[in-house]
Amino acid sequence: MSFSFLKFRKIPLAWLLLTRQPLRLAVAIAGISFAGILMFMQLGFRDGLFDTSVTIHKLLDADLVLISPRSKSSISMSGFPKRRLIQTLAVEDVEKTAPVNLNYLLWRNPENLKTRSILALGFNPSDSLLLNEGFSKKAYKLRNPSRVLFDKLSRPEFGPIEKWFLSEKKVETEVAGKRVIVEGLVELGPSFGADGNLITSRETFLRLFPANPPGSIEIGLVKLKKGSDPELISRILNNSLPNDVRVLTKNQFIEFEKNYWKNSTAIGFIFSLGALMGFVVGCVVVYQILYSDVTDHLPEYATLLAMGYRIKSLFFVVAREGFLLALFGYLPAYFCGQILYSVIRSSTKLPIIMDAEKTILIFVLVLVMCMGSAAVAMRKLVDADPAEIF
Amino acid sequence: MVKANKSKNNVKNLKTVSINNLSHFYGKNENKKQVLNDVNLNIDKGELVLLKGPSGCGKTTLLTLIGALRTCQSGDLTVLNNQLNGASRKTRQILRRSIGMIFQGHNLLRCLTAEQNVQMGADLIKGLTYLQRREIARNWLSAVGLEEHHKKLPNDLSGGQKQRVAIARALSANPKLLLADEPTSALDSVTGREIVTLLRKLAKEQNCSVLMVTHDPRISDMADRILNMEDGKIFSAHSELI
Repeated sequence: MSFSFLKFRKIPLAWLLLTRQPLRLAVAIAGISFAGILMFMQLGFRDGLFDTSVTIHKLLDADLVLISPRSKSSISMSGFPKRRLIQTLAVEDVEKTAPVNLNYLLWRNPENLKTRSILALGFNPSDSLLLNEGFSKKAYKLRNPSRVLFDKLSRPEFGPIEKWFLSEKKVETEVAGKRVIVEGLVELGPSFGADGNLITSRETFLRLFPANPPGSIEIGLVKLKKGSDPELISRILNNSLPNDVRVLTKNQFIEFEKNYWKNSTAIGFIFSLGALMGFVVGCVVVYQILYSDVTDHLPEYATLLAMGYRIKSLFFVVAREGFLLALFGYLPAYFCGQILYSVIRSSTKLPIIMDAEKTILIFVLVLVMCMGSAAVAMRKLVDADPAEIF
Repeated sequence: MVKANKSKNNVKNLKTVSINNLSHFYGKNENKKQVLNDVNLNIDKGELVLLKGPSGCGKTTLLTLIGALRTCQSGDLTVLNNQLNGASRKTRQILRRSIGMIFQGHNLLRCLTAEQNVQMGADLIKGLTYLQRREIARNWLSAVGLEEHHKKLPNDLSGGQKQRVAIARALSANPKLLLADEPTSALDSVTGREIVTLLRKLAKEQNCSVLMVTHDPRISDMADRILNMEDGKIFSAHSELI
């Protein structure tokens, strides 16, 4: 049995050079981890913003969504005629539809009586609005007028609604200056656009917001028959319906909302810039560490050159140092990121999660940061003159 | 005619170093200074040559030129059958693998143990496994009497022990030529003699030529030949210009 890999095994010079000065290594790891944590936080907030903006969008029980072409996002929805939704039933693949009203109304905190804007959704309780299991049972209670379902993940500024409701206390308050009773709790989650949500019947919604014409809706949900192609049907509907309505697949509707936050506001840019700052800070830290490491060991590198080692081999040593720093700097950043995400989730209820995309993206950024800095530090190696060591 | 050429080649092959009219300069224009002046020198296989001379006479420059660490400017310099005048960087780098170098300041890698330092030399030998290379390193450490110190870092070794490690490192790559710059300067007379005795013994066993720059008069009797250098020229021990 031959162990050919043993021929390629070498003394772990990069590792030994790095660990020779533990304090310097610790400082380097701390610097890289800090940069990594900064990037995790910034990209986490950015993705959290985009994800929260589509929390309700994702929960809607629909294959296609009708909106007004004038709608910009969930925070500035325009109405369109409800009859457009009925017209979609002419297409054979459409199974059912559900009209939804959506607007921001003022909620009065029943404890301190302060008002705050809340996102209100109005729908017919007999329709299917959300994919949430058990929702239809709760929706049944909305058939009585002035009844609402309160989002228990809403910010605490709306009052101790969940606590009161669970203690079987009658929760009564005002929305848009009109009395409502909380009949149940749902879990939707706040977003950057809305601190809280409530769901009610269309009848109650129109009572709370009488300026809204009864024949106008903000969202039309379309459920297709099994096996239908949403892309195809949306194209057919867009061609056949008048221009006062726009038909999107559910994914397109989610992207429509995300694109608003990405392109029409500075939020995406600000968080991306924050992540870039973390990247730059990390580059400076790693470069300083590797540059001083190469400078300190210059006579030793020159000795190796004098012995007949190729300068390429020495470049690889520095590159391996960069890789090891990336690895050791990333791991604490990842675990700290997990902890901080969890703290933010529990304190702000923002859905900031450590997904595979972020995990890989930040590892690649840390790797690029360390390898790029190593590549720049390598230039110093050229100064290692073997003739000078005699 | 063919026979004559062959004979000439055989003579050439016996020489580890062959230098004809080698000159070297530092600086440019009015700052240009000649440090080697038409140097001629031959070193045979297995020969131990001592090179003496005052500071600044060009000894180290000659050593670095023979060690393929500098580019040759003028004259012929053949080391181990490689003409170094006009040689590429790659040729010089490959040639250096056949030349062992012992530096005045040891230049051991501070982060490596004595054994790892020696193995850095053995790692240049192709076709060996890691364990074989480590075995070579251990054998050389044993040969210089440091088998019990193989796990020590350079900072934990005395000056003499560091020099022995440097010698073991230089010899572990099976060099055909050994260049040593003041290897005994930091050592007491007993250790200095021990080191040179060891070098001579190991060099003879490996048929390796040794060129040693030294000011140490205590080791003169151990050399095959002693050369003096002054103002960029080489003289024999009897002040005869060669």
